[in-house]
Amino acid sequence: MLKEILKILENDARTTAKQISTMTSTSSAEVTKIIKKAEKDHTILKYKTIINWEKVGGEQVEALIEVKIAPQRDVGFDAIAERIYRFPQARSVYLLSGTYDLLVLVAGKTMHEVSDFVSQKLAPIEGVQGTVTHFMLKRYKEDGEILEGKEEVKRQPVIL
Amino acid sequence: MSIRARNLTSQRVNQLAPSGIRRFFDLLASMEGVISLGVGEPDFATPWHIREAAIYSLEKGYTMYTSNLGMPELRQELSRHLKDNYGLDYDPDSELLITVGVSEGLDLTMRAILDPGDEVIMPDPCYVSYNPCVALAGGRPIMVPTNQENNFEVGAADIEARVTDKTKAILIGYPANPTGAVMPRDKLAQIAEVARRHHLLVIYDEIYARLVYGVEHTCFATLPQMKENTILLGGFSKAYAMTGWRIGYAAANKEVIASMTKIHQYTMLCASIMAQVAAIEALKSGEDSVTEMVKDYNRRRLVMVKGLNKIGLPCFEPKGAFYAFPSIKSTGMTSEEFAEKLLLQEKVAAVPGSAFGQCGEGYIRCCYATSLADIEEALVRMGRFVKRYKK
Repeated sequence: MLKEILKILENDARTTAKQISTMTSTSSAEVTKIIKKAEKDHTILKYKTIINWEKVGGEQVEALIEVKIAPQRDVGFDAIAERIYRFPQARSVYLLSGTYDLLVLVAGKTMHEVSDFVSQKLAPIEGVQGTVTHFMLKRYKEDGEILEGKEEVKRQPVIL
Repeated sequence: MSIRARNLTSQRVNQLAPSGIRRFFDLLASMEGVISLGVGEPDFATPWHIREAAIYSLEKGYTMYTSNLGMPELRQELSRHLKDNYGLDYDPDSELLITVGVSEGLDLTMRAILDPGDEVIMPDPCYVSYNPCVALAGGRPIMVPTNQENNFEVGAADIEARVTDKTKAILIGYPANPTGAVMPRDKLAQIAEVARRHHLLVIYDEIYARLVYGVEHTCFATLPQMKENTILLGGFSKAYAMTGWRIGYAAANKEVIASMTKIHQYTMLCASIMAQVAAIEALKSGEDSVTEMVKDYNRRRLVMVKGLNKIGLPCFEPKGAFYAFPSIKSTGMTSEEFAEKLLLQEKVAAVPGSAFGQCGEGYIRCCYATSLADIEEALVRMGRFVKRYKK
């Protein structure tokens, strides 16, 4: 039941406990209990909104930064990853297999702000061997949602 | 004699009952801002991997006729699919025919099996094409009433009571349009018993087979000795959201398929090749999309059925397809009156049950293959409407 409720909320965080209760044939009280518990144990981290900022002229620059690091004894990549992800500028941080180690999504108001962050904060961290910065030019799809030109299903009003 | 002095159109067609709800359709077409619960198709577009396969095939030049029976690869995939899902063995070269939707399959079946005056027994209410397809093929539709008290299941005894020496076949389809009913296996087995006893063919329309909720779908051909006597009609429209592609199939014994193919080759030649390519992709890797769609429909189904009961339109729990079929008898209106007033006053479109047969009178068909927000808004509006008219 937890998984089913999480699926529904992942798709639309505004679905009410009452609606979920109907959709899953579970009592409202039980649904609320399950959600509260998931919030408490951080299964549910946060409810947020996917916004197409370009529509309102939102000024935001994003970049994906490849970071190559030298793993350290005992802690591997984790200690350096932590030093990076504690910066609020780092929106997402992933450890990857392949030619580099960390992928960091950095957001800022201007290109300068982002590149300053990379050159002043990220690159000088001890153990960071190199960075490659890719500025994002266009976002087509975000968390499963197509941003522009999302297709609408056109149906006849009545079909028997 | 000028041709105008004669009947321009055939008696056979003239005798077909005109669609009773034409006026309702015209009214609907003239209105804006309507929430429609009247559609009979998914609100998903065809999954992208299926569309992409068809696009690629066009780029590669797949633009020709195919074999009359359908592309060999599609028939093989279909044969495998029927084996995997039902444990049935259909020979892809002689027992499967790819059709232009179940609609063509139904027409071919009737023309292939009926002689003038042969009778075909079917439930009332049922899908709108059943009756005319039989009549157009020169047969006589014999209706078996079903009702809400029996969850719109058709009783074997009721069928048997209507068997005459002219009876050729039984035409049923579960999950059912318009009721959403699903027949349990033991009750279908009783119908199979009747078919065996009286040597009747059973035409089983499986178009909604994949859309069942919390119950198992029974394929009629899996019942004892029924594979030989069943004409299985299936399609891709509802399970894979492929209504506009017009692609389906018939599975039956050799003689029947050969006869159907004879008509098909002279009238249709073959189903469109891009639809066939898309169907191959759907069978090969469409399973995940189907599972996800079914989960999604189920959530909406529960909201719709609970909502209808709550606003005073009693509704049995439909276990399949994507329709709810609530009773509107408490308002004292006919279903056509109800649907028309509801449309004019609250801008919600639902299909009058009477469009599906006499026994559909007193009900409306509400399709829940629409967004949750629309279902909830429609329920609010219908609730308001029912309150106004409830006797």
